[in-house]
Amino acid sequence: MIPELGHFALAMALALSVAQAVLPLIGAQRRDARLMAAAVPLAHALLLATVAGFAALVACYAINDTSVLNVVQNSHSAKPMLYKITGTWGNHEGSMVLWVTVLALCAAAVASFGRDLPSVLQARVIAVLGAISAGFLLFILTTSNPFERVWPPAPDGQGLNPLLQDIGLALHPPLLYMGYVGTAVTFAFAIAALIEGRVDAAWGAWVRPWALASWAFLTLGIAVGSWWAYYELGWGGYWFWDPVENASLMPWLAATALLHSAIVVEKRGALKIWTVLLALLAFALSMLGTFLVRSGVLNSVHAFAADPARGVFILAMLAFYVGGAFALFAWRAPSMVPQGVFAPLSREGALVLNNLLLCCLCAVVLVGTLYPLFLDLLTDRLISVGPPFFNIASLPLALPLVAAMAAGPLMPWKRAELWPVLQRLWWAALVALAAFLLALALAGYRFWPALGFAAGAWLIAGAAADIVERIALFRLPLAAALARARGLPRAAWGAAIAHAGVGVTALGIAGMGLATETLIALKPGESTRFAGYEWRLDQVRDYQGPNWTARRAEITLLQDGREVMTMSPQRRFFPIGRTTTTEASIRTNFLRDLYAVLGEERDGSAVLRLHHNPLAPWIWFGGIIMAIGAGISLSDRRVRIAAPARKPAVAQAA
Amino acid sequence: MSARPDLLRRRLLAAAPLGVVAAAGAGFWFMLAGLQDGSFNPRSVPSALLNRPPPPFDLPPVEGAPHPGLSSADLRAPARPVLVNFWASWCVPCIIEHPQLMALHREGVPIYGISYKDRPADALRFLAERGDPYRRLGADLPGRVAIDWGVYGVPETYLIDRQGLIRWRFAGPITADVLNQDLRPLLRRYA
Repeated sequence: MIPELGHFALAMALALSVAQAVLPLIGAQRRDARLMAAAVPLAHALLLATVAGFAALVACYAINDTSVLNVVQNSHSAKPMLYKITGTWGNHEGSMVLWVTVLALCAAAVASFGRDLPSVLQARVIAVLGAISAGFLLFILTTSNPFERVWPPAPDGQGLNPLLQDIGLALHPPLLYMGYVGTAVTFAFAIAALIEGRVDAAWGAWVRPWALASWAFLTLGIAVGSWWAYYELGWGGYWFWDPVENASLMPWLAATALLHSAIVVEKRGALKIWTVLLALLAFALSMLGTFLVRSGVLNSVHAFAADPARGVFILAMLAFYVGGAFALFAWRAPSMVPQGVFAPLSREGALVLNNLLLCCLCAVVLVGTLYPLFLDLLTDRLISVGPPFFNIASLPLALPLVAAMAAGPLMPWKRAELWPVLQRLWWAALVALAAFLLALALAGYRFWPALGFAAGAWLIAGAAADIVERIALFRLPLAAALARARGLPRAAWGAAIAHAGVGVTALGIAGMGLATETLIALKPGESTRFAGYEWRLDQVRDYQGPNWTARRAEITLLQDGREVMTMSPQRRFFPIGRTTTTEASIRTNFLRDLYAVLGEERDGSAVLRLHHNPLAPWIWFGGIIMAIGAGISLSDRRVRIAAPARKPAVAQAA
Repeated sequence: MSARPDLLRRRLLAAAPLGVVAAAGAGFWFMLAGLQDGSFNPRSVPSALLNRPPPPFDLPPVEGAPHPGLSSADLRAPARPVLVNFWASWCVPCIIEHPQLMALHREGVPIYGISYKDRPADALRFLAERGDPYRRLGADLPGRVAIDWGVYGVPETYLIDRQGLIRWRFAGPITADVLNQDLRPLLRRYA
């Protein structure tokens, strides 16, 4: 009964989304207030229907309903309840249902909190979101029905991919989807602006919080994914330039560019067409990611069960939404008059530079990801574009980006001079230089990691210099400076914190540049010296988990003959599905990770891979700090109320 | 008068993204069509295995051969870089690359062979006639291990470095040019 109700709810959602796509759009065209007013209740009804569908699917997983094909393929009664529920979105069908549910949530948010928006703009935005929902719901119902029954019911499920049975991966997809869906909202705003043929400051003020929220979720999603790869895949790396990782990095780069250019639209009324293009691009890239991961055109550890038939459908959607959007852009954009000429050396100029560099980085990643596919298609030649290409091609773009990132926020709008800005950054430059020399001396004269340390120090000190400058610390008495700090807009704090977060990540990456590893076969009782510790293998024994068995190595670390800690890496065997995973054992003190992986056993000795990863956790802490910065910026009063220029009276009343 | 060409320029500029999207869409369409009729196979794109350890496997020796079999444990941490060569006696390009393998063997480069879908007697005759460059020789009669490695066809050669990671993959015969221009520099780099 529950699956049928869920299926019905999704069908209902499809009908509602079509109505939501059509009625407000016609209303906006005819300036018919009644039709436009339908947008808000329709968006709420769609949310209700998709939530009902999603809840029904979760219920099927929770009670392990083996008459549902999707549950049989992806779940098992022996799985812990937490992973039964997170397994709902660990597969293709369920993840699509989550996707439309989050999308409906965003449309409902635009409906509920968008009362300050011009009603025509609001109606069009909700209509475009309805059209996107309709496409994805049609996709679910025709090619990926999660509620398909099997008869007779299977005795039990076939288990979930054990690699996915993990808390990091339970969080990774929902966070990324929130980010992807956020790009859908900015996309809808861009389409509405193109239909209207007008972009104004209020539009920028509305797009920026959505871009910011989307960016924060993408940042967290990518950070969690990278952390998962680090501790679960057992290779000791954090980023592999895997095509699927790149698919999530590209929208992130576009969203980063978008949220910066939206500031220029909001504050200066310039860069409008470019910002619209970026909004379209961010969504196009997240759709591209969906296509690449689910169609089977590329193969990777992350890829879902590939199905070319689904690929055709997603490609059709891609053609319709993205192709349609860019056609609309080609038609409407030339008639939008560019405004706001500005000096290249100004805050606007710095933001344009940021946009250019980020877009070039995005293009590098895009080309590196798609080039092998297209070369194979056109010439049948097989090549691999790997980390060397990405590292070499992105470094010349990342370095000026980092250099400009600290200086940009210190520049005034309209017209700036370089010298005063550099004067305010002299001590940040000094800190960076000191970090460079110190790293060079301590880490044995290795240039690139030292440069990474300098970049991280430069960014953090630059962000601090920005705040110091704004509150006039050291120039005014302390009390006055603190008063100014309290009065400083939260958006300024948010920007400085996010920039410092990038610096923290840069330090983490630089630290990983100094990582060392060793591979050794030990018999129980033997020990080896590595990274300043003596690693003693005590024993390797069998271990029983809830739905897996494992071989578990027990390692004691000694320093100067004292036992300081123990580690127990495992090799897990999942009898259902007959797969093996490695569980790395990680001990961190936030300045370095010790990382141990248990390999195979032969002739009574066990193969151990040991890593020493300096500053590794900082990579992900940086991501969290960036997201916190975005959150602080979002809590800014000016952002919450939005469109201050249009309705100042409301702003004061609130 | 300058407004008109300016507008045209702006029109073209605004249409450029649409052109890019259309071209990419067409490419993806052909990829999907190729996936369905088998002419496009992304699984053979080597990116999946490069810089990673080889997939786990354990192959028995070729019956009657003087070499032990081959398993992934032998590749975990070789003392020097090794080549893993998928080959078969029925494959003509394997004859072409054979002299290069013999040359490497004489220089002391360890080459581990995987005999792909080949009768043991045929494989042994091939080696007796032309020389035997292998230190180990695994028999992959059903071709399962080749599937796990993503082998595109025989001959196919992989370079495994001292960390046990795949650093290079070459589908096709190792000709003298490939040997001198690609393989030798790599052997020096990972030595």
